[in-house]
Amino acid sequence: MSKRFLAAALLLSMSALPAFAAKTSLVVGMPIEPPGLDPTVAAPVAIREVTLANLYEGLVRIDRNGKVQPLLAKSWEISPDGLTYTFRLQEGVKFHDGSTFDSADVKFAFDRARDPKSTNAQKQIFAPIDSIETPDPSTVVIKLKETSGNFLTYLGWGDAVIVAPETAANNAANPVGTGPFKFKSWTRGDRVELVKNPDYWQKDKVKLESVTFRFISDSQAQVAAVRAGDVDAFPNLAAPELFAEFQKDSRFRAVAGNTEGETVAGLNSAKKPFDDVRVRRALMHAIDRQALIEGAYSGFGTPIGSFFSPNHPAYVDTTGIVPYDPAKAKALLAEAGYGNGLSITIKTPQMAYASRSAELISAMLAEVGVDLKIIPTEFPAKWIEEVFKNKDYDVTIVSHTEPLDIEIFARDNYYFNYKNEKFKALIADAAKTTDEKARFAKYAQAQKILAEDVPALFLFQLPKLGVWNAKLQGMWENSPIPINDVTEVSWTE
Amino acid sequence: MLRLVISRLSSLAVTLLFVSLAIFLILEVLPGDPAAIMLGTAAREDTLAALRQELGLDRPALLRYLDWVGGLLHGDLGTSITYKMPVSTLVAERMSVTLPLSLLAILISTALALPLGVAAAARRDGPVDRAVLVFSQLGVAVPNFWIGLLFILFFSTRLGWFPAGGFPGWGAGIGPALQALLLPAVALALPQAAVLTRVTRSATLEVIGADFVRTARAKGLDRRATLRRHVVPNALIPVTTILGLQLSFFFGGAILVENVFNLPGLGRLAYQALNQRDLVVIKDIVLIFSGFVIVVNFLVDLGYTILDPRLRSRA
Repeated sequence: MSKRFLAAALLLSMSALPAFAAKTSLVVGMPIEPPGLDPTVAAPVAIREVTLANLYEGLVRIDRNGKVQPLLAKSWEISPDGLTYTFRLQEGVKFHDGSTFDSADVKFAFDRARDPKSTNAQKQIFAPIDSIETPDPSTVVIKLKETSGNFLTYLGWGDAVIVAPETAANNAANPVGTGPFKFKSWTRGDRVELVKNPDYWQKDKVKLESVTFRFISDSQAQVAAVRAGDVDAFPNLAAPELFAEFQKDSRFRAVAGNTEGETVAGLNSAKKPFDDVRVRRALMHAIDRQALIEGAYSGFGTPIGSFFSPNHPAYVDTTGIVPYDPAKAKALLAEAGYGNGLSITIKTPQMAYASRSAELISAMLAEVGVDLKIIPTEFPAKWIEEVFKNKDYDVTIVSHTEPLDIEIFARDNYYFNYKNEKFKALIADAAKTTDEKARFAKYAQAQKILAEDVPALFLFQLPKLGVWNAKLQGMWENSPIPINDVTEVSWTE
Repeated sequence: MLRLVISRLSSLAVTLLFVSLAIFLILEVLPGDPAAIMLGTAAREDTLAALRQELGLDRPALLRYLDWVGGLLHGDLGTSITYKMPVSTLVAERMSVTLPLSLLAILISTALALPLGVAAAARRDGPVDRAVLVFSQLGVAVPNFWIGLLFILFFSTRLGWFPAGGFPGWGAGIGPALQALLLPAVALALPQAAVLTRVTRSATLEVIGADFVRTARAKGLDRRATLRRHVVPNALIPVTTILGLQLSFFFGGAILVENVFNLPGLGRLAYQALNQRDLVVIKDIVLIFSGFVIVVNFLVDLGYTILDPRLRSRA
């Protein structure tokens, strides 16, 4: 080999060196490790935050603004009566194991989800389905028994991702989907590693070669990991008191967005004195939501007056319906016969936002003559047993993280013990309304009913405190559904 | 000796049986429905029932207990409710963190405690002795997880010498893995080292005061040789007892330290499984912990007979 050739080769290889090429790996931090990687058999948010849109895809996707967009279905038609959905599927899509995606997989996935033995956490979203037909490999026809206004939205949730019959049973430990990233490894208790799917059907969109999700539960450790650069992005930091420091630091982007978590202090409407709407309203009048957010979440989080996420286009601001007004609270309590005071308890889980909120609520209620005693409980296990199942409580506090879950107030025998036939009928009606405008109007009305009726003290939307390297682009600021979609995330340098 | 081993082994089996029964009964009365935890607050009753059936939770308690013990006898630890994988694989994975962590901690603890304890006793009330007493007093008083937090603040956040937690896995090489384990091991070791130092010191002092030591010195043996040949071997017997107790503590103490350092060890698995009410995993881990403690005690008993020839002739 001549020296000149060597020099040329060296020069060539040097120019090929990615001196200015952007980084292609991403480390995302999460506070909680998912138990399994199959969003179709369990509810935890963490499962969706790793897998949805990254490993698995649905017929449609929910974009960062909460809107339905085509994904595995490139288009669809809805019959005028709203009962028949015809989906045209993307062609040339492959699962990570190399098998081809077609209409049979869609039928399999949805039949599996709506089977009586299915353990899909949101099985009810498939309940309207009457039949699924596959006239050809790229067409799926879904017939409904009754109209379902949110049907397309539901198909974008983690519960409705398309899985293959050959691999579905093992997805919890060895996930196989059609997404832009493939599962590489899972060091349980520490990290899940994904690599780029070389056969992805829209691979031009994907800039990252690898994505690692690291699980760090301690909030101090989260902050340390971001500062040290061990983690490039922490979409949901659990340290509100340290978040402001990131906002001042130009090396990072720190954005306080909204999650789907409505933080509410449920009132047991079957129990005295909460069966009296005057008492419920009085308690709501006693709460200064903004002060609560300052104290419980360092000022991050949106006050809510009802049970609906500000991310949703049908959201209306109802915080003015029963506003902070201690004088009115006292008057209402006196009217209800509790002018001389009232003694109640709040079952409080260990999460920081819950216990801090409970303390502040207790102080605020003391101002209007209500003695609120805090009883600690353990979430999820003990809380589910005592409060959720046995309904053995006065007041409790948790954040409900499922999207579009206002219907829980329409359920019989839910832990609030709330009964309002008008509300129930309205929610059932809204669920069936296919016209978006009409449906949203009904949801707005439903929000107002809850705001007036106060079956729970509506406090604040849990914020999504996202921190990431300022050189990262494409991170989501809000989470309209539980998701960490990194498909289009890239480094600017 | 053989008789001792056999009688010990049979009592070990009976103890484990009782432990398994106790674990099962405690988990039966512990509030929390694994199905409801898996499926969240929006799931309907029929879905919950389907999952309970899938997990076998709807079967009578006695049958579930017999299934579990029967599986154990065949070496089958069952399948985790949350992770949906064999518990044996999970435990093996986690053991690869907890075992090296505990061993490292024991090593650090004994390497610190034995020399310090003996040195302190050798010159009672001397400067070394005083320093050792202060150090051990402090070590006994401070809990390991708090030391861990301080370590992270100082060595990881301030100096950046160590990762702030997490474990890269042994696949990343011995260097990075040991680096991730060193701080937690020291945090785990220090309080135990303090206890062990005090025990070593007092055991050594007691032996130093014994008649045979005076005899040894009287026949002209120097201080050093007396210590090495007569004092230390005798002092080791009470020290072994404490070390045996500590071995089990290292295993258990790992729960807190693993949580502080975000290490994917057996302790953290136990903690997570308890939160998730992954009953299968909790039962197995508690049984493994108990089995470990029982076996260690058994080994310590055997250890006495090796260290103390008097016990051997009696047995």
